[in-house]
Amino acid sequence: MSKHTLSVLVENKPGVLARIAALFSRRGFNIDSLAVGPTEHPDISRMTIVVNVEDLPLEQVTKQLNKLVNVIKIVELDPAAAVRRELMLVKVRADAETRGQVTEIVQLFRAKTVDVSPDAVTIEATGSSDKLEAMLKMLEPYGIKELVQSGMVAIGRGARSITDRSLRAVERSA
Amino acid sequence: MTEQAAAPVPHHAGPEPMTGAQSLIRSLEAVGADTVFGIPGGAILPAYDPLMDSTRVRHILVRHEQGAGHAATGYAQATGKVGVCMATSGPGATNLVTPLADAYMDSVPVVAITGQVSSKAIGTDAFQEADICGITMPITKHNFLVTDADEIPRVIAEAFHIASTGRPGPVLVDIAKDALQARTVFRWPVEPQLPGYRPVTKPHAKQIREAARLLAAAKRPVLYVGGGVLKAGATAELRILAELTGAPVVTTLMALGAFPDSHDQHLGMPGMHGSVAAVTALQKADLLFALGTRFDDRVTGKLDTFAPYAKVVHADIDPAEIGKNRVADVPIVGDAREIIADLIVAVQQEQAAGQTAGEHRFDYGQWWEQLNAWRKTYPVGYEPAPEGMLSPQQVIERIGQKVGPDAIYAAGVGQHQMWASQFISFEKPATWLNSGGAGTMGYAVPAAMGAKAGCPDAQVWAIDGDGCFQMTNQELVTCALNNIPIKVAIINNGSLGMVRQWQTLFYNQRYSNTVLHDGPDNDGRGPAAGTRIPDFVKLSEAMGCHALRCERPEDLDAVIEKAMSLNDAPVVIDFIVHQDAMVWPMVPAGVSNDEILAARDVRPDFGDEND
Repeated sequence: MSKHTLSVLVENKPGVLARIAALFSRRGFNIDSLAVGPTEHPDISRMTIVVNVEDLPLEQVTKQLNKLVNVIKIVELDPAAAVRRELMLVKVRADAETRGQVTEIVQLFRAKTVDVSPDAVTIEATGSSDKLEAMLKMLEPYGIKELVQSGMVAIGRGARSITDRSLRAVERSA
Repeated sequence: MTEQAAAPVPHHAGPEPMTGAQSLIRSLEAVGADTVFGIPGGAILPAYDPLMDSTRVRHILVRHEQGAGHAATGYAQATGKVGVCMATSGPGATNLVTPLADAYMDSVPVVAITGQVSSKAIGTDAFQEADICGITMPITKHNFLVTDADEIPRVIAEAFHIASTGRPGPVLVDIAKDALQARTVFRWPVEPQLPGYRPVTKPHAKQIREAARLLAAAKRPVLYVGGGVLKAGATAELRILAELTGAPVVTTLMALGAFPDSHDQHLGMPGMHGSVAAVTALQKADLLFALGTRFDDRVTGKLDTFAPYAKVVHADIDPAEIGKNRVADVPIVGDAREIIADLIVAVQQEQAAGQTAGEHRFDYGQWWEQLNAWRKTYPVGYEPAPEGMLSPQQVIERIGQKVGPDAIYAAGVGQHQMWASQFISFEKPATWLNSGGAGTMGYAVPAAMGAKAGCPDAQVWAIDGDGCFQMTNQELVTCALNNIPIKVAIINNGSLGMVRQWQTLFYNQRYSNTVLHDGPDNDGRGPAAGTRIPDFVKLSEAMGCHALRCERPEDLDAVIEKAMSLNDAPVVIDFIVHQDAMVWPMVPAGVSNDEILAARDVRPDFGDEND
């Protein structure tokens, strides 16, 4: 199995997320990570879906997704030619004695301390999954009290945009 | 599939003020819907008021929403137009679930319109509320929830467009009651806003040339034809292609009638109960030329042993079907009619080039020798019934012979369906309606009703089983009251015959719960004496039908003739047939098609014992 990052442009309409999630589950595909948000165009949302499948089932996933009427475009982002980021908020046990060490790890990973209390700090970090995983490993010995992580978002490198042509399609039909 | 081919003259209207409900009916008129099957109820009630005044839309009041759904499907399959059904919210809508799933599996263009509770009540578990959009998401091509009356014309236009174009399928439009009641302005035409919906119909020229080249070079090709060819209206083109190349043709269960059964190049139906010649041709082929078909498991058997020597050309309008079950060497996405038309030209070019080069292209002589030998040795046939009893195959075959290839036949699901597919000769498109993908028992009577409503001049015969008939026979009341005189042949073997056949073959003849007319005292323990409960003759007469019964072979012709002569009301014939008949040939589930049995314990000899 290998991980694939799909950028899916969809119409910003009620129920679209449900359609996509339902399609994955009924066709027997697993979503590793999913992030949804607005784009530069108010009528279009963008989903970044990470799936863990072989190439042949990936083709089937993409084709089935394309059949959804609300899906406008699907692009697979090549990891080498894309910027991929996740956001993590993590609450770590840290008292006066260990706080300095924790802060040092935060700096090493260019993360941020966003909240402090006498026996804990909350850290905000962004980056690739590898980086976030490495940071977590360093923080684990201090005691992780709570962890929340976003799905991955990704964008292709370079000047080209995957939305250009799709936006024209939406504007034409509007 | 052409979009609502029979749509009336382009219709410009509005802006006119009216209610959402009036706007709905006007929109249905504008897209060319002439028949709606449905039942009113609370949430859809506003729509039924203007429907009463419509002179262009005929509403047929069914007895169960499932009947409305299958009738819309039968209407669509027989006419090629979009079938329409209507129901209220909650249970009305959920009763449409089976026919929608059925139409989805068989790619039938159907639009279902359901009432929904008022938009303010949605999500509150209101009376007769069901999230029908959520429920039907996986069994519709698309669905809409409308809460704004102004959207009604556009959504109806989009629903019909989606249902009828590309790979056809069912679309559900759920309209909140307050949107039906609200004031709005009706305008027509409306521009669909579907930026994500762009079906490809024009095939790629390079792929067409490559496909023609493979066909020219093949020694053992088979044109493997599916329902897409019928839906694209490509049967004339198919015949030209077949005769031009001389290649053998098999038509799947969904494609019967796409190529004349009587044609010398037709090998029959492939699949679990296909002919030995058709199944074996696919197994031994060096090229599968798949047109509008989806390599369904009932055709392929165990997938990794299916057609092991064959390259595959796969043409379909749905790109997701290509490569889904079997990798295609030459994938072609497009409308079957355009594809086959382009292929004809490409084949002619190949032939001309072959002549110039002095090569033997499209040389299938040896292949035909083999095919003809299989065809001759293993024709589809059946064992006669015990003395004095009717055999179900004989009944169905005789109906086909007497009624002829111009009639429309609708079947339920089970043994009678397979026998109908085997023993009726289908010569023309849109004469065979059945539930292929979903396998919906109870499909036949309402589908026949829909077909007859759409094609009143055609003779429409439902070939039904006694199990199926007991699921949806109430629509005979609808037929009797609405002048829809269909014929229903109940192939009454007193049991759930196909299930019983599997029990005979795979469950040591333990007939658990498959004998229909016995109580628990006798269930499965011995030959069923039969209670004749229900009495189908009395039941049918109670529903306003003519009813006949046939129990002896010598009465068969006279009963069929009598049924054909009665046209003032539906006719039901209770054919009492012997219960041990089985469907042959058969490929048992989950094994290779090489294991086909021509009859019980009879494996054909393909001369391949040393394989």
